[in-house]
Amino acid sequence: MSTSRPAGRTGVLAVLVLAAVYSLLPVWWLVVSATKDSSDLVSSSGFWFSGHFQLIENISDLLGFQDGIFGRWLLNSLFYAVGGAVVATLLSAMAGYVLAKYRFRGREAVFSTVLGAILLPAPLFALPLYLMFSATHLVNTFWAVFIPSVVSPFGVYLSRIYAEAAVPDELLEAGRIDGAGEFRIFRSIALRVLQPSLVTIFLFQFVTIWTNYLLPSLMLANDRLQPVTVGLVAWKEQRGQTVPYNLIITGALLSVIPIVVMFLLLQRYWKAGLASGSVK
Amino acid sequence: MPRSVNSSAARSSGRAARAPRLPGAGRRFEGRRWTPLGFLLPFGLLFAVTYLAPICYAVYESLFKLQRSGLGLAPPTETFTGLSNYTAALADHAFTSSIVRVVLIGVVQVPIMLGLALVLALLLDARRTPAKRLFRLGFFLPYAIPGVIGGLMWSFLYEPSISPLTQALAHVGLHVDFTSDGMLPWSVGNMLTWGWTGYNMIVIHSALKAVPGEFAEAAELDGCTGWRLAWHIKIPMVRPALVMTTVFSIIGMAQLYNEPVLMRAVAPNLSSDWTPIMAAQNEVAANNYHAAATRSVLLALVIFILSFGFMRFVNKRGAAQ
Repeated sequence: MSTSRPAGRTGVLAVLVLAAVYSLLPVWWLVVSATKDSSDLVSSSGFWFSGHFQLIENISDLLGFQDGIFGRWLLNSLFYAVGGAVVATLLSAMAGYVLAKYRFRGREAVFSTVLGAILLPAPLFALPLYLMFSATHLVNTFWAVFIPSVVSPFGVYLSRIYAEAAVPDELLEAGRIDGAGEFRIFRSIALRVLQPSLVTIFLFQFVTIWTNYLLPSLMLANDRLQPVTVGLVAWKEQRGQTVPYNLIITGALLSVIPIVVMFLLLQRYWKAGLASGSVK
Repeated sequence: MPRSVNSSAARSSGRAARAPRLPGAGRRFEGRRWTPLGFLLPFGLLFAVTYLAPICYAVYESLFKLQRSGLGLAPPTETFTGLSNYTAALADHAFTSSIVRVVLIGVVQVPIMLGLALVLALLLDARRTPAKRLFRLGFFLPYAIPGVIGGLMWSFLYEPSISPLTQALAHVGLHVDFTSDGMLPWSVGNMLTWGWTGYNMIVIHSALKAVPGEFAEAAELDGCTGWRLAWHIKIPMVRPALVMTTVFSIIGMAQLYNEPVLMRAVAPNLSSDWTPIMAAQNEVAANNYHAAATRSVLLALVIFILSFGFMRFVNKRGAAQ
């Protein structure tokens, strides 16, 4: 094996280290830069801390800026992402469960349509949705972003696969013989068995909504309704004239933390999702 | 899947035969016919509103045109124009060249990214690689960062006034302006590579882990090791994962939007119709809703043709081998 020769092993390690530096250096820059004031941002070395540590001041400046609009954006993002992902998970679980466990006419047609929707990327739907919502005066309301957020074809796909594998027919039959209604069976048997996969669906949808930019930027002109991604980009587009760069950088760091923490805490769940994506 | 369909069919017919002996069982069975509909309805309705309706609406809108009366005094009326919006969009140089631009970037960027992802996945899969978990986490971190925020970060890293990269390169005598016309496609391509290599690596790596260990062991006993093992045994076995990541990358290229928009914040020379979605959005901003709808439909068609075309091409070659 080539990696057993010292030269080969050094080469392998070098490739891995280089790739790790490439992956991590920009994130490191973000962390370091969030601790600097405007002038140090320009004058000090980008990849190391400057003399004084400004992170706390930056955060308090940021949260106070323009009547605390940044905090509002964070809350909006949280609201869209948590609310949208909870509803999306529930709807996907119901649909996927039925597609896996019931036989009815049109079942395969429904599932193929859902699969087709996974192949077409969401940004493609953003513009037509905008045209449609502006014709129905939904644009610039909470619902314009929330309604598209609760629909997750990928969630339906995942929950069908999981329900097929994890929910035994015998359990459902037992529930029926005991006289439980179909919804009761779903709620007290299927949902309980599916719980781990529901976390995966929730996680994926949460990340999708939190990171979405095109849809909310089209739909929401009112900055009080915008999520944090749209707000930060709008600040950046003013090219440092109204909002100092160090505040935008600090904002970017704060907006990333919830999602990185979620990824790290729920690693095994996203791995489950990615793995089932690759066997498709 | 067919197995479970058959078994549940057998079971439910068995139950139906038994049913009369259970009081009320017949009624329950009748009720169950509507259960699937009830469970599907909430998702189905919203799916129709957010996926099916926009497509139909865009196709419909693309067939009409706003007609203004000669003096412009009366409100404009919508008239049916058939496919003339499509011929106009295809004759629109800005739109077609945005498609060509994105295809060219993809032809260079996707192989680089997937090649890197494959190499890293193979290295993480090799038995003697040290600190695998740590490296995997490091490579994956960029994916955890939202694309827009990643773009925002890189736009700072490219900005000549504060860029630590430009400074570092200048130290070794290289004067690079990431925002110059010639560098724009490379700068945007780098944002994509940085953001998505880790994701693709994880997908390929989990496919590699599914390869039974005996295959590699048998090959190693036969003296097939290192890169030859990877080339002859491992890569062919993860072909489905490579196909999937390629298709997803093609689809991803077609929806290119966030990165160039953020690039524009530091490079005003990047035109506002740089990618197809940006071009379509330009039409929205100019209130040309019909033109925007036409471009969206065309883009969906291009994506469909490219990704399905690639899959068919791969399947044919797979069948020929």
